[in-house]
Amino acid sequence: MKTDLLSFTSKGIYCAAADVYLDPWRPVDKAIISHAHADHSRYGNKKYIAHHHSVPVMKHRLGAVNVQGVSWNEPFSVNGIQFTLYPAGHIIGSSLIKVTHKGKVALFTGDYKLEDDGISTPLEMQRCHTLITECTFGLPIFRWKPQQEVFAEIESWWSFNRQHAFTSVIYAYSLGKAQRLLHNLKADHGPILVHPAIAAVNESLSSIVSFGHVETLSADKNPIDYPGAMLILPPSGREAKYLKKWGELKTASASGWMATRGNRRRRNVDRGFVISDHCDFDALNTCIKYSEADKVICTHGFTDIYSKYLREIGFNARTEYVEFEEEEIEESKDSMV
Amino acid sequence: MKNFSLLIQQLDRLTKTGDKVKVLSDYFKTATQKDILWAIAIWSHRRPKRPVSTTLLRSWAAELAEVDSWLFEDSYHIVGDLAETIALLTCHKEQSLKPKKESLSSIIEDLIALRERSEEQKKEYIITKWTELDYFGSFTFTKLLTGGFRIGISQKLMTKALEKAFDIPSDEIAYRLMGKWDPREVTLKELLFNNDQEANRSRPYPFFLAYPIENSLEDLGNVSQWSVEHKWDGIRAQLIKRNETFAIWSRGEELITEQFPELHRIKYQLKDDVVLDGEIIPIKDGLPDHFRILQKRLNRKRITKSLLHEAPVVFRAYDLLELQGKDLREQTYFERRKYLENLEFSDPLQLSKFEVLNTWQEVEKERLRSKEVKSEGLMLKRIDSTYGVGRKKGDWFKYKNDPLNCDAVLTYVMRGHGRRSSLYTDFTFALWDKDPKDTEAQLVTFAKAYSGLTDQEFKEINRWIRSNALEKFGPVRAVKPELVFEIAFEGVAPSARHKSGYATRFPRIVRWRKDIKIEEANQIEDLKNLVR
Repeated sequence: MKTDLLSFTSKGIYCAAADVYLDPWRPVDKAIISHAHADHSRYGNKKYIAHHHSVPVMKHRLGAVNVQGVSWNEPFSVNGIQFTLYPAGHIIGSSLIKVTHKGKVALFTGDYKLEDDGISTPLEMQRCHTLITECTFGLPIFRWKPQQEVFAEIESWWSFNRQHAFTSVIYAYSLGKAQRLLHNLKADHGPILVHPAIAAVNESLSSIVSFGHVETLSADKNPIDYPGAMLILPPSGREAKYLKKWGELKTASASGWMATRGNRRRRNVDRGFVISDHCDFDALNTCIKYSEADKVICTHGFTDIYSKYLREIGFNARTEYVEFEEEEIEESKDSMV
Repeated sequence: MKNFSLLIQQLDRLTKTGDKVKVLSDYFKTATQKDILWAIAIWSHRRPKRPVSTTLLRSWAAELAEVDSWLFEDSYHIVGDLAETIALLTCHKEQSLKPKKESLSSIIEDLIALRERSEEQKKEYIITKWTELDYFGSFTFTKLLTGGFRIGISQKLMTKALEKAFDIPSDEIAYRLMGKWDPREVTLKELLFNNDQEANRSRPYPFFLAYPIENSLEDLGNVSQWSVEHKWDGIRAQLIKRNETFAIWSRGEELITEQFPELHRIKYQLKDDVVLDGEIIPIKDGLPDHFRILQKRLNRKRITKSLLHEAPVVFRAYDLLELQGKDLREQTYFERRKYLENLEFSDPLQLSKFEVLNTWQEVEKERLRSKEVKSEGLMLKRIDSTYGVGRKKGDWFKYKNDPLNCDAVLTYVMRGHGRRSSLYTDFTFALWDKDPKDTEAQLVTFAKAYSGLTDQEFKEINRWIRSNALEKFGPVRAVKPELVFEIAFEGVAPSARHKSGYATRFPRIVRWRKDIKIEEANQIEDLKNLVR
């Protein structure tokens, strides 16, 4: 199906006028990347364009690739067509991608959230004619509490664990959620150690952000030196053998999916903290209304249900298939790091 | 209620049984007697009747949440639990009101009283509660209003917690909790501590259950130590005759006396007071009939004459738990059988025969006779075993017939419920209506199955579904016919209700046949040959 400026092809979202793809899932010559998560920023493209803050992580993950860094709010041209990136608030460097041509504006959100998490530059939603939006959590059962409340819950859990000499373990994506936790958790509750995969991401982000005293977990670290420690691991790190010596572990998962009991039980963790780097239902509605788009295309998430909802509240909305992965299903994406 | 919903919240966070037992027993130690009685009642399936239908609850919740009913239903489908859906949809607002201090028992008494109220009064009460209570309060409240309060607390776990709290053996508690009792009419002391059995003559014993055979028969040791009998496919039940009391209890602890009026004659046939353990089975021409015949009798309020005629039943006894008021459960199976066989048997009371065979080969041979005698396999019971409580490994085994198998094509998928709500895990399978070489051959749905694959396989299939989904029908998606699975089931019977013309019992996925193309899947015709 053609949209005015962007169309959906087997390789990805395509701007024919500029011959460039947005977050393509098959190798192409030129790609504009919304953010550095593996399902949006894939291997094999000849040339990448992304925000400056995405570049170091992309290089860390993809190796020596040809990436051009651009700034937010500064239009750039690809084959004569004007593109502009704006902060999307999802993770560090995440961007909305806007394309303007012959008075028409199309906006691709990538992944985004409305809440200011304190570490990703906050979302700057844009008006457009055509909006391509994710709707990972596009159901009214998903409504996030302000993050201060969730961090207070995490800290009280951590402090309870420390009093009972348990080691706290939180599973969080190595790019995004891990940094959000590190930035917002107060280290006065005890030492924080991160999985090497997270340490490597932090290292690649060091020119943008730093996290004070965070140590890297390794086999030679002696738990006795870290009483009441909090370990942050990617979801794939739960089988690490050296966890055994950390005594009794209390585990938690930090994700929007933790909103439902079924998912909490599925992950088999002691606690599920509901904290997401995506818009919840209300935030999606707010952003889409703000966009004033005459055409809304819902991509990954509960697309059918959410686009039906949008049609009922008066939007011209439909769905398109993309190969971005739902994090619940693809929880092992961090293992590639 | 606050204490109780805190308990539910705590239990929800625990994954280990031992931790749950501890938290629950702490609750039993500190809660009021009335609250404890209601907690026990709830977890032993004695929840009071729901005061409103879930249809009304759903529409009120949708209204309070300000979502359309279709969106409510879609959300419910993804969450998989009504109480949780309602809590998620209505509790996102800051708690506006301070909830009144109410105990679990007062809430339940409210709910009982509510049954008599008008619909408007019901609605007002329930919406007020949803608005006042916090997330777990609302979840717990709605759970009390609906469903079986299934939140990972089994009756067994609860009796363990009661044992820990009150120092009474859990077997004894299980026994005391059986049968009829009303939390409004007993005290905790009467329920748990009184030795007076007079109060309830109809009470059955907890059922002793069998494990399936996992390894080879030889692992069971000496064949001469085992009683071999056929396993009848019916309703496991205890038949109780004590003085003038006559009761039939199903394994699900339901009193089913009224559903089987033709068995009431047994009360007059028996000279002695007894508690018999056995199976209610439908009979046709002197042989057991299909279980599905019996299903017509279940969950019917009134048993009509034609139904009695259509599906006559007998009680086939295999164990004697009590004789003339004496509990025989500590005696060996061999001893109990001696007493049992001394009773007089005539229809509708039958004796299930047992044998001790000389070799395991003979046992295997006997199992092959199951088609002839219309059993679903064998039961192996250690002849020196006592009658235990619940499932204990080692004394009783079921050795079922090999399941029936066929290779079928995946045609429809649906998201799972609860734990599996984010994945497509409910699968529908189809077989060919004629030889697949025939260009007009079509796939016809024959069974649904949920279990049998690993999480890894589910993930792989879900990835495949995302690029092979065809149409959508509500929550159901048609997928491209491409994947073949081996399906096992316990039995197959002709059925007018199913498109394929056959109904299968307990279908499940055995394995993903990546080695098979859809043209190699079975035909409906093949099912016909499997009908027993």
